[in-house]
Amino acid sequence: MLWNNNSNWFWDPWDEFDRMRQSLSRDSFRHSSGFPAINTWVSSDDSVVTTEIPGVDPANIDISVVGRTVTLRGSRRADELQEDESYHRRERWSGEFSKAIELPFNIEADKVTAKFNNGVLYLTLPKAEAEKPRKIEIKSS
Amino acid sequence: METTTKDVQKQEAAAKEGVERTRSKRLYVPPVDIIEGRDGLVLVADMPGVDENSVDITLEKNLLTIYGTVEPEIPRGHRMISSEYGIGDYQRTFILSDEIDGGKIEATVKNGVLRLTLPKAEAAKTRKIPVQAE
Repeated sequence: MLWNNNSNWFWDPWDEFDRMRQSLSRDSFRHSSGFPAINTWVSSDDSVVTTEIPGVDPANIDISVVGRTVTLRGSRRADELQEDESYHRRERWSGEFSKAIELPFNIEADKVTAKFNNGVLYLTLPKAEAEKPRKIEIKSS
Repeated sequence: METTTKDVQKQEAAAKEGVERTRSKRLYVPPVDIIEGRDGLVLVADMPGVDENSVDITLEKNLLTIYGTVEPEIPRGHRMISSEYGIGDYQRTFILSDEIDGGKIEATVKNGVLRLTLPKAEAAKTRKIPVQAE
């Protein structure tokens, strides 16, 4: 099982209300489970997605964005042991991962930025221009 | 047994009896690999969010403690809509056998992975004894 516990964040009744409202609306946000664990934030302009993938070479992280879906792929290889070496303990993960999450809006794919610091991937995904609220000017006749 | 990505779960540290934390942040136990070679041990720990300035390694008698401080990067003006992992510091303590030379421990951090080299003291190194034919 993956670590997934919303209740550890400070409980805010309005947040709860927001979540309920969201789950009732058709645009409800859904996240898949599986590795890596992902945290997601939204504002009116963009979404921030973070994940912890320590030890992965940034060159081996593949991020693709289509519509409102973000897919992360990558891999990490286990240490190669010398002839006279052996594992006493082996708890760290190795292998490939692939995970897709869906955001509540379409993403402006060209403007997505990614940084990878100390094993933490931080993505900023701007909302597609077409989905941003627009102010309509009223022309006087 | 190799750990695949399917089994990964961030493990929160249990508070030691009689010991209370003064920081309100959460504390996690980093997963480690320990590899033994002829000349010593290599200890590798996953500590995402930690760099060379935020990890403390202390050796007191034979207790080796690693502690990583994490300053979470929370986007401003955003609302969290999904939280699949928690963020906090890392701590783990190991008991070293006498054969490790405490004065020669070396540590590096790269991409959130701490790597400690723990060399064996000269006397403890395995020596190959040649057997001579009579």
